[in-house]
Amino acid sequence: MLPHDPLNIIISGVGGQGNILASDLLSRTFCEQGWHISVGETYGATQRGGSVVSHLRLSRRHAYGPLIPLGEAHILIGFEPLEVLRILREYGHADVRVVMNDRPLPPLEALQGQSAYPSLDALKAAIGGMSRQLVVVPGTRLAQEAGNAQAQNVVMVGAFAGLGWIPLEKGAYLQPIEGLFSGTKLAVNRKAFELGYQAGQRQ
Amino acid sequence: MMSGNEAAARGAVEAGVQVVASYPGSPSVQVLECLAAVAREREIYAEWSINEKVALEVAAAGSLAGLRALAVMKADGLNVALDFLTTLPLSGIRGGLVLIVSDDPGAHSSVKEEDTRYLAVPAHIPLLEPTTPADTRDMIAWAFELSEKCALPVMVRLVTRICHARGNVTLQPIHAGSQTPRFDPDPGYITAARFHGRAHERLDNLLPLYAAAPFNPYTGPADPELTIVAGGVSHCYALEAVERLAAGDRVGILRVGTLWPFPEAPVLAVLRRSRRVLFLEEIEPFIEEQTKLVAAEHAAELGPLEFLGRRTGQVPWVQKARGMGEMDPDIATRALAAALDIPFEQGATRSAEAQAALDDLPMPLRQPSFCAGCPHRAAYWAIKSALAMDGRQGFALGDIGCYALGVMPTGYQAIRTVHSMGSGVGLAAGFGKLRAMGLDQPVVAVIGDSTFYHSGIPPLLNAKTTGADYLCIVLDNGTTAMTGHQPHPGCGVDALGDPTSAMPIADLVRKLEIPLTVGDPYDVHGTVAAILELLQRGGLQVLLLQQPCALQALKGDKRRKVTVDPERCRGDACGCGRLCSRVFACPANTWDSAAGRAVIDEVVCAGCGVCAALCPEGAILVEPPQGDAHAAP
Ligand code: SF4
Ligand code: SF4
Repeated sequence: MLPHDPLNIIISGVGGQGNILASDLLSRTFCEQGWHISVGETYGATQRGGSVVSHLRLSRRHAYGPLIPLGEAHILIGFEPLEVLRILREYGHADVRVVMNDRPLPPLEALQGQSAYPSLDALKAAIGGMSRQLVVVPGTRLAQEAGNAQAQNVVMVGAFAGLGWIPLEKGAYLQPIEGLFSGTKLAVNRKAFELGYQAGQRQ
Repeated sequence: MMSGNEAAARGAVEAGVQVVASYPGSPSVQVLECLAAVAREREIYAEWSINEKVALEVAAAGSLAGLRALAVMKADGLNVALDFLTTLPLSGIRGGLVLIVSDDPGAHSSVKEEDTRYLAVPAHIPLLEPTTPADTRDMIAWAFELSEKCALPVMVRLVTRICHARGNVTLQPIHAGSQTPRFDPDPGYITAARFHGRAHERLDNLLPLYAAAPFNPYTGPADPELTIVAGGVSHCYALEAVERLAAGDRVGILRVGTLWPFPEAPVLAVLRRSRRVLFLEEIEPFIEEQTKLVAAEHAAELGPLEFLGRRTGQVPWVQKARGMGEMDPDIATRALAAALDIPFEQGATRSAEAQAALDDLPMPLRQPSFCAGCPHRAAYWAIKSALAMDGRQGFALGDIGCYALGVMPTGYQAIRTVHSMGSGVGLAAGFGKLRAMGLDQPVVAVIGDSTFYHSGIPPLLNAKTTGADYLCIVLDNGTTAMTGHQPHPGCGVDALGDPTSAMPIADLVRKLEIPLTVGDPYDVHGTVAAILELLQRGGLQVLLLQQPCALQALKGDKRRKVTVDPERCRGDACGCGRLCSRVFACPANTWDSAAGRAVIDEVVCAGCGVCAALCPEGAILVEPPQGDAHAAP
């Protein structure tokens, strides 16, 4: 069921986009399968608007260290296109598949005009050229549709689930969401997951 | 699934901890948060202390009263607590006392990479280091036992890749602590130099306990060509390096989990088995140095050995994002491959076309920046502007917290020193006395609210007594923002969320009889005027700038909708140089290149309205918060 062992997944985003919730949801799902999971989160001071990266490593054999070696990421779930490229450049495996939110968040350097933010088309072309499969999802728009733009992380978890790159039942991915949230938050996150899931399945 | 921090908290609960105290510091903030969350149910006393020294003292009181107790702090905090820590092995303790110290290899959330393992040596305390979250649970639970057996506090070193890692953890039963606290005044706990020898004896007594524990395992062939000696999370990378290079029949691995007193026996066994040793550890070469001491003491028997490590250059220091002491699977594999002469290629591979496409793209760096709507951005804007208008080349001194980003472009590089907690105010107490010797530049010290309580009061009192001349600006956002919004003495709530009596900074400053001005950083023009006036007035002054942390306060319905009126924004024809996006540079102030106009990213904008106040054309419009609109009749 795991296309590689260890299977290495990176979630990349920008401080405030909810990386840790996404990696938490996925690792709970994988843990339920009885796999060994190691997760390494890189945030620290950089959570204030800097790059945030989560490494998830799954194995049937034993637990690995919390960091993925360079060139060994098999799956990349990206919340921001420029960050996807930044990670892919160093960590992309020859067989890497990418699912990313299409919404750019220009860093300060680009806002202040020291450096240009590449066009979305150029980013897509570069990312596509470096990966076996690239799926682009309007994550933030779908999250807004679900009721809260912040829920783009859950949309992206849904999209990843819908793509079936790790073929598990939809319920296995939904379960941790049901466990962590209640009330309106649960409703928003469930809808966000569902919209993402459908977008993933359409691929 | 548990993070290392959660696993540490779990281990402490399983061991029956009854008193826990900490000052928030990344990466180990969540340990106390987890314990506070179960404190009521488990009858644990948990507090956020005013600083790390007090945290250790509060925990030690629990121990002296016979309870199991825990103190948690980051490496920098251990320096604050060190004075007290070094006395405990001499005075002795009673209930198991464990000190969790988190080092930050790579300085992900610190200004420096400090290796606290070295501090266990002069402090005469046992030191342990786990390899994974699961191992953290085991080690913390064991550390309490060990502490009681040797009557010494036990230090457990965690690192970022443990604290912020998550993994499968198997839970053990909880032995609830149910001791009734009681202090025995006879013989008391008195620090005296004559107990120095006793502390050494107690340390020596630990070695048999270390030998019986499972924390220094050797794995690999009986006569390896090379042995890796690894501590902490580097042990995982050692295992992976051997697996990647398929070198399991050539290489052995010794993990050193009990670091102080240094476990000579297993290390000596390694040196007898193999002539070549590779060291993998984070930050400084502690294990490497200690192993070499063992080798030197047994040189006659062991003969020539080859050591490969940081000191000898085979394990390079690698400059990464902020620091250079962090280990990773690639550094480990490369070092092992070189030592064994195995060819090893690594990294992402890509086609020539993909590389060409990549080369053509600009890759703007993403430096940390203040959140949209952060009151610190507005405050630094005001400080920078006021110092420029004052024109006497005044300068600002800062310290540690979100507001340390004042050294970066996001804070207009407004602060020109960053050292340790409270040091801006302390340095200013010195600069402020150089007037008489001819220093004619105005001096501004910047400090956050939590830091003010932690270590801002003594230097300010010092300045009051000596008559130092400076302006102290307190950036009060009502919380310890950097580490995730823990309460401090000004908040009026404790670690469990229960109300306590608040001690507002304004009251403290008034009691010190230092002239106080209170302002709102979102009122940028007013703040610039206030700073300018205070600088020109001279003398010791405090300006308290109050506005809640935007990340916490400006959420959901409380946000005001802020938009750019495309009719009024004149784009580049305005001559403001894109004041909102390029100069003020709030991440929500973006630029619509097609229209040539400013545009606000409504997903990111926190609605603080500061950009609206700055725009010279009045082109940015602020609507009342939606929440208010609903509430209106
Ligand atoms: S109102 Fe202006 S300065 Fe404040 S968060 Fe929004 S865009 Fe940024
Ligand atoms: S967390 Fe609060 S204090 Fe820190 S940068 Fe964000 S808004 Fe500013």
